[in-house]
Amino acid sequence: MREISFSVQALTAGYGNIPVVRDVTFTLPKGTILTLIGPNGAGKSTILRTISGQLSVLSGTVMICGKALSGLSPAALAREMSLLLTDRVRPEMMTCFEVAAMGRYPYTGRFGRLTAGDRQIVRSALARVHADDLAEQDFLAVSDGQRQRVLLARALAQEPKILILDEPTSYLDIRQKIELLSILLEEARERQLTIVMSLHEIDLAEKVSDLVMGIRDSCVFCSGTPEEIFAGDTIRHLYGIQEGTFLTRTGSIELPRTRGNSRIFVVGGAGFGLPFYRALTRKRIPFSAGILFENDLEYGTALSLAVRVHSVPAFARTMETAFGEAEKDLLACQAVLDAGTRIGETNAANARLLASARSAGIPVWRTIHEQD
Amino acid sequence: MKKIRIPLMFLLLTLALLFLLTLSLGIGSVPIAPNEIRQILTGSGDARLTRILLDIRFPRVLGAALLGGALGLSGFLLQAFFRNPIAGPYVLGISSGARLLVCIAMIFLLRFFAAAPFICLMAAAFAGSLLVTGLVLLFARRVPSMSTLLVVGIMTGSICTSLTDFLITFANEADVVNLHSWSMGSFSALTFANLVPAALIILPAAFFALLLSKPVGAYLLGENYARSMGVNVRSFRLLLITLSSLLSATVTAIAGPISFVGVAVPHIARLLFGTTRPLVIIPASFLMGSGFCLLCDLIARTVLAPSELMLSSVTAVFGAPVVIALMLRKSRRRENA
Repeated sequence: MREISFSVQALTAGYGNIPVVRDVTFTLPKGTILTLIGPNGAGKSTILRTISGQLSVLSGTVMICGKALSGLSPAALAREMSLLLTDRVRPEMMTCFEVAAMGRYPYTGRFGRLTAGDRQIVRSALARVHADDLAEQDFLAVSDGQRQRVLLARALAQEPKILILDEPTSYLDIRQKIELLSILLEEARERQLTIVMSLHEIDLAEKVSDLVMGIRDSCVFCSGTPEEIFAGDTIRHLYGIQEGTFLTRTGSIELPRTRGNSRIFVVGGAGFGLPFYRALTRKRIPFSAGILFENDLEYGTALSLAVRVHSVPAFARTMETAFGEAEKDLLACQAVLDAGTRIGETNAANARLLASARSAGIPVWRTIHEQD
Repeated sequence: MKKIRIPLMFLLLTLALLFLLTLSLGIGSVPIAPNEIRQILTGSGDARLTRILLDIRFPRVLGAALLGGALGLSGFLLQAFFRNPIAGPYVLGISSGARLLVCIAMIFLLRFFAAAPFICLMAAAFAGSLLVTGLVLLFARRVPSMSTLLVVGIMTGSICTSLTDFLITFANEADVVNLHSWSMGSFSALTFANLVPAALIILPAAFFALLLSKPVGAYLLGENYARSMGVNVRSFRLLLITLSSLLSATVTAIAGPISFVGVAVPHIARLLFGTTRPLVIIPASFLMGSGFCLLCDLIARTVLAPSELMLSSVTAVFGAPVVIALMLRKSRRRENA
C-alpha cells in the first residue's frame, strides 16, 4: 500500500453554519487523482473549498500528509497544497512569469524576492505546462487556455503534495481540455502529486481519474473506480437523466429518441449507421435499425435512438433469427437507408433485406463510401 | 533592458524630484537662486531671504512633497484593496468624508480653542476616511464593477461635500475664513508645526506599507488565491485599509481634499516602470506623488501670481484624463463586469 497523502473522514462542508454536503469520506494514496462529478449545485465546490481550508470544516476530519488541516497554519498549509480556482484573475501589467512566480510565496522572504533556485522552479513549472514561451508576455494578453495553464504553473511552482482544482476545464476548448488533463496525469504519475478536482465532462473524468465520486443532493451518491462508476445506470441516476442517454461503454452522450411509428429503416453495421441515427434523431424522424450484431460499434447508439433495433447475439454465424421480424418492420417503413456497410458472409441477411425492400417498391437510398 | 529599467527610472525620478524641489524653493514673489539657497542652508545668507526660505518656502515645498507622496501611496493601497485601478482617496469620496468630519471637528473645537489641535483634526479625518471606505466597501462587495465603485464613490463624496458646504454656510464668520481656504485644498497653510506630526505619521506608514508589499502582490491574484498561498486575508485587509486611510486622512487634516493624485499617480508609475510589483510601485508611487504635487503646487502659485489657483484645479487637469483613459481602456477590453 502506498503512503496515504490525503484523507477525509465523515466531513460535513457548508457555508457559515449551514451544511451543504454531508458525510464525505475518502482516502487517497500519493499520486492518485480523485474527480468529483455530479449535477450543478450539488456541492462539489463546497467540498473543494472546505478540504483546501478556504471554508472551515463543519464536522469531520481532514488529514493532510498525516497532519490535521485544523492544526496547520496558513503558511504551512500553502507548502502542502495549492489550488486552481474558477476565480477570474485579472492582474494589471503582470507577465505570465510573474503570475507563475507567485506560487513561490510560501517559500520567499519578507519582501518576496526570488532566489535563483525559485526562478529555476518557476521556469520548470512553466515548461511542464508547455507555457515557457509565454513567460515574458502580459498575462492579460494571452488566451483563456494559456492563462489557465499559467495559473496551473503557479500552482505547481508552489511545490505542493496535493493539488486541488475546481472545474479546471470550464471555458477551455476541447484541445485545451485534453492538454490540461494530460498535464495533470503526468504530474500525478511522474511526481506523485495527489490531485482532487471537479469536472463537468464526465467522459473525460472517466479517462483521467483513479477514483470518481459522484455528488448529488448534498451527499455522496457513489464513489469508486471509474470502472465501477461508469457501469450500469449509475451516471444516469447521478444526473437524474430521464430523457437521453449516457452510453457507458463508449462514453458518448445521446439525445432522447424520437417516438412514434418508424418511417425509415436503417440498414447499418460496423459504425456506418451512426451518422444516420444522429441525423434522423436531429430531424425528429422515428426510425428502426437492423440487423446488427450486439457487439457492433453502433449497437448502443441504435438502442438509445431507434424506435426498434433488430439484432442477433455477438459473433452469431448468421442473422437468420432476426430476419423475419426485421423484414416485417422494414416493409412498413416509407424508405430504407443503406448505410453502406460491407456485406460479407455473416451479415448476408442484410442484403436480402435491401432486396425485399426494392421488390416491394420501397425506395432504397444508398451512400457510396470510398472503402467500398 | 528590463533589468536596468527599474533602477534607471528610480534614478531619473529622484533627479526630477531634486530639480523640482530646488525650483519650487527658488520660485516665488521673491526669487531665490540655487546658490543663494546653498548659502542660506550653510547659514551665511541674507537675513530676509533666510526667513522667507525657512519659514515659508521650506514648509510648503517639503509639505507638498510629503503629502503628495502620501496621496500617491494611499491611492496605490486602495487600488490593491479594491483590486481596481480606478480607486483613489478622492475619487472614492474618502477625502470628502474626512473633510466633513474635520469640518465638524473644527467648528466644534474652535468654540473652545483659538486653533484646533492637530491631533483632534487628524482623528476626525481618520474617522471620516474609515466611515466612507466602509460605506463604499459595502456597495463594492455587492456589485463588484469598476463603474459601480466609481459611482458610489462620487455620490458619497458629493453627499459629504454638500453637508460640509452646508455646515460652512452656517458657521461663525470668523471660522469661515479658516475653513474656507482649507476646505478647498491647499498647501499654503503648511507650517513646521503641523508638518512634523504629519511626517511622524506618514513616514512610518509608508515604511509599513513597504513591508506589506509581498502580500499586496499575492492579493493581486484575488482573495482566495492569496489565502491559499498563506496570506491571513482578514488581518491583511484591515491593515491595508488602515494604512491607506491614515495616509489620506493626514493629508486631508492639514491640506484639505486634493483631487485625482491618488488615482493618477500609481497608474503613471506602473506605466513608467512597466511592472505592477508592489515592492517597486510602493516607493515609486510615493516619489511620483511627491513630484506630481510639487509640480502642481508650483503651477498653482506661479501661473496667475500673485493670486493662487486652487490646487485641486491643477491636479484635476492632469489627473482626471488618466481616469478617463483607464475607463476607456477597460471598456475596450470588455471586462467591465
